[in-house]
Amino acid sequence: MSTFNPRKALLGLAAPLLALLVAFLVTSAILLALGDPVVEVWQTILSWPRPRQLVQIVNGATVYYLSAVAVAVGFRMNLFNIGVDGQYRVAAFAGALFAGQAWFPGPLNVLLTLVVAMVAGGIWAGIAAYLKVKRGISEVISTIMLNAIATGVVQWLLLKVAVKQPGSNTISTPPIPESSQLDGLALIPGASNKVYTLIILAVVVGVAYWFFIGKTRFGFDLRATGQSETAAVASGVKVPRMVVSTLVISGALAGLIGMPLLFGQDHSYGTTFQAGLGFAGIGIALLGRNHPLGIAVAALLWSFLDVQSNALQIRAGVASEVVFIIQGVILFAVVIAYELIRRADVRLEQQRVARELAGTRSDAPSVEGASA
Amino acid sequence: MSASGLTVGTEVVPENTPMRKRGLGLTRLQWVYVLLAGIFVVSVLRVVTGANDIDSSGLLIAAFGLAVPIALAGLGGLWSERAGVVNIGLEGMMILGTWGAGFLGYHMGPWWGLVGAVVGGVVGGFVHAVATVTFGVDHIVSGVALNIVALGFAKYLSVRFFSPLPGGGPTQSPPLPELPTVTIPGLSDALGTLEQKHIFFVSDLAGVLRAFCTNVSVVTILAVLLFVLTWWLLWRTAFGLRLRSVGESPVAAESLGVNVLRYKFVAVLISGGLAGLGGGFLALVAANVFRDGQTGGRGYIGLAAMIFGNWRPGGLLAGSALFGYTDAAQLRGGGTTVHAFLLLLAVLLIAIGVWQIVRKGRKVQGILAIVVGALVGTWYALTDIVPPELSGTTPYVTTLLVLAFASQRLRMPAADGQVYRKGEGH
Repeated sequence: MSTFNPRKALLGLAAPLLALLVAFLVTSAILLALGDPVVEVWQTILSWPRPRQLVQIVNGATVYYLSAVAVAVGFRMNLFNIGVDGQYRVAAFAGALFAGQAWFPGPLNVLLTLVVAMVAGGIWAGIAAYLKVKRGISEVISTIMLNAIATGVVQWLLLKVAVKQPGSNTISTPPIPESSQLDGLALIPGASNKVYTLIILAVVVGVAYWFFIGKTRFGFDLRATGQSETAAVASGVKVPRMVVSTLVISGALAGLIGMPLLFGQDHSYGTTFQAGLGFAGIGIALLGRNHPLGIAVAALLWSFLDVQSNALQIRAGVASEVVFIIQGVILFAVVIAYELIRRADVRLEQQRVARELAGTRSDAPSVEGASA
Repeated sequence: MSASGLTVGTEVVPENTPMRKRGLGLTRLQWVYVLLAGIFVVSVLRVVTGANDIDSSGLLIAAFGLAVPIALAGLGGLWSERAGVVNIGLEGMMILGTWGAGFLGYHMGPWWGLVGAVVGGVVGGFVHAVATVTFGVDHIVSGVALNIVALGFAKYLSVRFFSPLPGGGPTQSPPLPELPTVTIPGLSDALGTLEQKHIFFVSDLAGVLRAFCTNVSVVTILAVLLFVLTWWLLWRTAFGLRLRSVGESPVAAESLGVNVLRYKFVAVLISGGLAGLGGGFLALVAANVFRDGQTGGRGYIGLAAMIFGNWRPGGLLAGSALFGYTDAAQLRGGGTTVHAFLLLLAVLLIAIGVWQIVRKGRKVQGILAIVVGALVGTWYALTDIVPPELSGTTPYVTTLLVLAFASQRLRMPAADGQVYRKGEGH
């Protein structure tokens, strides 16, 4: 990572491009096989979005980014936190409930809510961490179960504290006071809607993630454990403690996922709060190779496909759900492409080392001969 | 991400007694006693709490219906994990199975629906096999990706193919034709009469037996046959020995001439077919309709049941039965039956706590268990019913609790989750 390696950079770029090309071809083939108009579908999806849609894409990507970073923290240590989905819902509920009480004035309320949400997400992830370290349950299974339990617990608590939304059947937590609502930033000219103010939060989280994983002792231990548990243990890393810290941090970050939605759009947590963000985060983290910038690109791509597919029904006569196929095929193409590229990289590296070793060996006899 | 997951905390704890047998160290006869004791405990619980539905044959028939898809998914997991491929993608394969069952079931009849379910699952298995076996992608990454992809495919395909049909919609198929069920005529009624008398233990036993011979779906019978067939194939034939050797030590297997990659590939395909059949059961038998999101995480629970069952068919059956039962209890009896479980849980926790302190000398863990047990007991005493939102989580909480108490005695196939590359063994 310290020095720029042109071969690595080229291979790094080749994988996603190859994957996108494969995804394009495979999706086209599927659409053809199903008898859907291929050309119109791509024309609609690949057209340049209007300002209003650009804002939607950026907003969607903001939320996806936070979700994917939460997943990526675990991935770097070979921990599969499938439970981001449950963690963010528990945290969004706790945060919305806290913010709705309006115990603190405007901006302070926002900051403290972020803390509450992080604590709630961290605690929920902590259950899985405890079960893994003390009882040896794979975090994959426990977090999936905890997702389902989160649904029940949040529904139950919501019924206890709920207020009825005026003019509709949905219930939600008490709305947050207007002084704490964030109107958004007019970043994109010509758009009537605004970008979430908490896009700043996504940027901060991204920078912190980069610094934390790449530049600190803890981050080094984390990556070392992920790459070789035995080597990490040998060098003095306390793996159980690392598991707990990493899962709790992952959960705390997951706690932030709902915050841009809470302060910028919904202003309360209710039955209509956006669901399924955690699972999208897994796909986006894989797509972005757990890299802070890679995830950003992947989140934008995911959100771009989401928003662009909305017009499919009108403009191409195809159900917008086709976007799930495109996203899914991209995901598979990408994970396979990364594996192929990684192996090509290893092979090239081995050849280089072999060449250099062969070079030194041919020198060696002459040195010996000279001394004799 | 080359290896699958961290191994922390999953080491097998060496037992104090050296001569312990597999499967919690019980012989077959002892298992029968355990089963009878279980029925006894439940009948005590029924009398004490007055929750009569807790072991009614109606509940148990429902439990069967819920256990079969979980068991089939778990059986799929068993095939692939015995060959060393972790299969978190069971959920996705099940989803494809439900859609396949809906599509072929509507157009060509229920038996073809079963074929469609298997084909749907095999397609999912094929994708997983190509990614993990052929290309060597991390098993969990591939499985998670498969679940996302399968969900998307099913959503799109149902909009595309079910919306235009009469009675269909964007998220569900038209009603599907039914598959036949089997009832043993005289026996079923006789046991039913006996059950209605609510005699301690006798009626409870009658209820259990009645569930085995009333309205049993042909798919349930098929599933039982598949369990027997799996056990015979994997543990009694050369093919099975080779397949399991691939999951234990692929390098050794390869050196003995076993085509490791082919065995893994076939195992994952079979795994997909079984999970797909589980999905087909949901669509064709349990609901008579394909619905978006119908699987509801049962693929994952199937995987958990298989882990609970220590990667063996018998244990897997016990795990599926447990989850099917708790799920049926929360669906039918709702809060009342689940409320009765609270008493059982409280007693169990306190017993475990006492055991930990007296026999193992672990004071902190023991006291923690007793305190939690007391809290659960208080909850039982102070309320009459568990709220529906919470009782809905019973199967998942049970899964976690059971794994928490059992998981350190489990042993998975030695090379499970490791990516195998031909010629790279050292």
